[in-house]
Amino acid sequence: MLQYLFRRLLIAIPSLLGISVILFTVLALAPGDPFEELATNPAIPPEVRMALRASLGIDDPVHIRYFRWLTAMLQGNWGFSFVSRVDVDQLILQRLPVTLVVIGLSQVLALAIALPVGIMAATRPYSIFDQVANTLAFVGFSLPTFFTGLLLILLFSIHLDWLPFVYRAQIDASGWQWWWQHIKQSIMPIMVLGLFQGAAWTRFVRSAVLDVVRLDYVTTARAKGIPERRVINRHVVRNALIPVVTLVALQMPAVFGGAIVTEQIFRVPGIGSLLISAVLANDTPVIMAVTFVFACLVIFFNLLADVIYGWLDPRISYN
Amino acid sequence: MGEDDLRQMIGRVKNGSLSRRGFVRRMAALGLTAPMATQLLAISGAGSAQAQSVPAYRPTRRGGGGALKVLYWQASTLLNPHFAVGTTNQDSSRVFYEPLAGWAADGTLHPILAAEIPSLENGGLSADGRSVTWKLKRGVKWHDGQDFSADDVIFNWEYSRNAAVAAVTSGSYRDVNAVKVDDHTVRVEFAQPTPFWADAFVAATGQLIPKHLFQAFNGANSRDAPTNLRPVGTGPYRFSSFLPGDMLRGELNPNYHMNNRPFFDTIEVKGGGDAVSAARAVLQTGDYDYAWNLQVEDDLLKRLEAANRGRVNIVEGGGIEFVQLNVTDPNREVDGERSHISTTHPAFSDPAVRQAMALLIDRNALEQFIYGRGGPATANFLNNPPRFTSPNMRWEFSIQKANELLDAAGWVRGRDGIRAKNNVRLRFIYQTSVNAPRQRTQAVYKQAAQRAGIDLELKSVTASVFFSSDVANPDTFTKFYADMQMYTTTMPQADPQRFMNQYVSWEMSTRANSWQGRNIVRWKNDEYDAAFRSAESEIDPIKRAALFIRMNDLIVGSNHIIPLVKRPTVSGSLNNLRHVLSGWDGTFWAIQDWWRET
Repeated sequence: MLQYLFRRLLIAIPSLLGISVILFTVLALAPGDPFEELATNPAIPPEVRMALRASLGIDDPVHIRYFRWLTAMLQGNWGFSFVSRVDVDQLILQRLPVTLVVIGLSQVLALAIALPVGIMAATRPYSIFDQVANTLAFVGFSLPTFFTGLLLILLFSIHLDWLPFVYRAQIDASGWQWWWQHIKQSIMPIMVLGLFQGAAWTRFVRSAVLDVVRLDYVTTARAKGIPERRVINRHVVRNALIPVVTLVALQMPAVFGGAIVTEQIFRVPGIGSLLISAVLANDTPVIMAVTFVFACLVIFFNLLADVIYGWLDPRISYN
Repeated sequence: MGEDDLRQMIGRVKNGSLSRRGFVRRMAALGLTAPMATQLLAISGAGSAQAQSVPAYRPTRRGGGGALKVLYWQASTLLNPHFAVGTTNQDSSRVFYEPLAGWAADGTLHPILAAEIPSLENGGLSADGRSVTWKLKRGVKWHDGQDFSADDVIFNWEYSRNAAVAAVTSGSYRDVNAVKVDDHTVRVEFAQPTPFWADAFVAATGQLIPKHLFQAFNGANSRDAPTNLRPVGTGPYRFSSFLPGDMLRGELNPNYHMNNRPFFDTIEVKGGGDAVSAARAVLQTGDYDYAWNLQVEDDLLKRLEAANRGRVNIVEGGGIEFVQLNVTDPNREVDGERSHISTTHPAFSDPAVRQAMALLIDRNALEQFIYGRGGPATANFLNNPPRFTSPNMRWEFSIQKANELLDAAGWVRGRDGIRAKNNVRLRFIYQTSVNAPRQRTQAVYKQAAQRAGIDLELKSVTASVFFSSDVANPDTFTKFYADMQMYTTTMPQADPQRFMNQYVSWEMSTRANSWQGRNIVRWKNDEYDAAFRSAESEIDPIKRAALFIRMNDLIVGSNHIIPLVKRPTVSGSLNNLRHVLSGWDGTFWAIQDWWRET
């Protein structure tokens, strides 16, 4: 086991290096620079922009910039944003709580929908409930989040005027009022993300349970006279959930990565909106840091999923 | 009417034998607009322009106005005005920091930390144009209680021009010399006579930061100053919190140096999202008081306004959407460089073709069907402030006239309907950035040109490429490897000197200057060059205005530049919000004067 872990971690190093090289080159090849806005402003002489570029080291060759970035990163220095001149790790940490709450809750919501609905649908295949659940699930994951987001805003904010559609991370209230306002403004983004994810997972849980429910040992359990409820919970769901756990684990990096589109629509100050504004401003250190952290998380959770898989299913060994 | 008559009349206004109103009326009879006439009085010292430039402030006590909530669809990322790359950051710094003076909507200066605007009359301006003396307001305190003085002003000059600091504002400070006269007087000295003296310490780039908090960071460690993110200024609001890229909050400054100001107890500037939903949050749901820069179709804005909660503000500035007809040949390579200044364009070198091109764009249709209130048609390149507006230019849309012109010049239609002469076909590549109104304008132009036997090949380039300064990319607007191109150019100050340098011969965009030159159309005209040189050192404001008007007439008259529509700034606000906006300065340039009618 330990040997396996060690081997996987060793393999992760070259892949992370490869990812960072690709990211860095793509960013270096992309047109534009963080001082584009200065270029069209006649009040700022071009020399000033040139001096700024030089002072931030943007004019150096790509490979030199890459190694500078890499050595700094290895020493734990993530660099600073060209645009805000703030350390990148600070920027990311500022955004983390909101991202974890909003995206995390949406994943919880997705699970809370997908598990019961998927299991119910699978235990009564082709019943009315199953048909309705299937239809809704298809509708749910066919509608992109930017569309459902706008739809919810139109309905709940503009026509009914119930919910605000501009998210405010800091609220001047205390006690239950503070909670209430936070809940009110988070409902829509959480719903949009949760329902989308939930719809996809419902389909997945259904098919996983359906695979298991037909197996002989389930029939045996039923034949022994074990109550149906217990058969489902103990014998079917436990086994069916193994692939679901993997899927959910692989989804976890996304919780940290934020949701770019939804955050933009509701103005949620999460990591997704940090990334998109950095991309638009050609703010290389921020883009590098966010995407690199994201890559690390994907690799880490992949490993975690594999380990959990073996723990849930003892038939899998790591030799 | 000549310059002498004008002078005599202004003299009569000054000594009282002619009323200001009478002067304006006479000028109107001569075809000069009222704002232009008023400004002529103002700049020659005979008018009280400052009193008119900012609307009256009614509240009779400080505070009590509740919260002011502002939406920006671009979020601010830092709060040091010397590092502010774009308008968003300049604006959010402006909530806390103030310059000596700001630019009012009519293009005149309005004092903020200055006791008065320097002029020849009050001795602030030297007669030779080599220095300007600013008297500072007394009794101004920084938010932390320290006194504001001339040392702070001088420090900003030192800080900005320090190369190690890498300040974005250094362009305004590196060529001037600032001297402390006494604790409340500062003199800015210029190497040459400088008629446009109001750059250093004025408006967005003139916001002043406190010496006592920044002096330890005047160097390569400038990034480490804690005050970069926790500003301590002199402004009407004190800092309360800031999340870069998201939200900025401030609270009333109880020691603000202007009476009864500010009106609001707190201010909140929320960033991010998109312009359409920002417009909705103000005009439709009324959740926010003010939404910045609403680049939204006018039809939609009108529909939102119908909710009767808010209104759209159109503020005139100098921005203009225009077409350039290349002077050089983009298809011939000289020393590995296309559009080389030694070449001439095979078709556009014929004035008849250029004139026909100018006749073929229907500006009325652009205004009516594409830009709405956000793009009034214009015949001038230099449109504002009114004192610089040329009355001589007219525009016309006539396909018939264009056809006649081309026929007369010998451009004959071929079998495919496209005109040609001496193997030169009137077939042009017309490029612009990807942007819905621009693509629609291209289509309108193409259709009309077709009817005159000119074929336009439309090309659109992603904005981030088109407007980049990437030397390796052939599609940037500064390279201009096309026959014609279209974009908007903006005027950052109420003075046209940095705007009209776009057509002087020494600013040509070439490979030698990495295409950084401002003269992108590569036009060369000796009279224009001479006029610009004299405007650079002409101290007399009336003569100088006449020079800029002449420059406008020269470049527009050449038809190498075809002005289309003006681009005023469009914003949205609640009906009861009384704000003070200006097209020549940031949104918050007079935030201390904002209040709410109840």
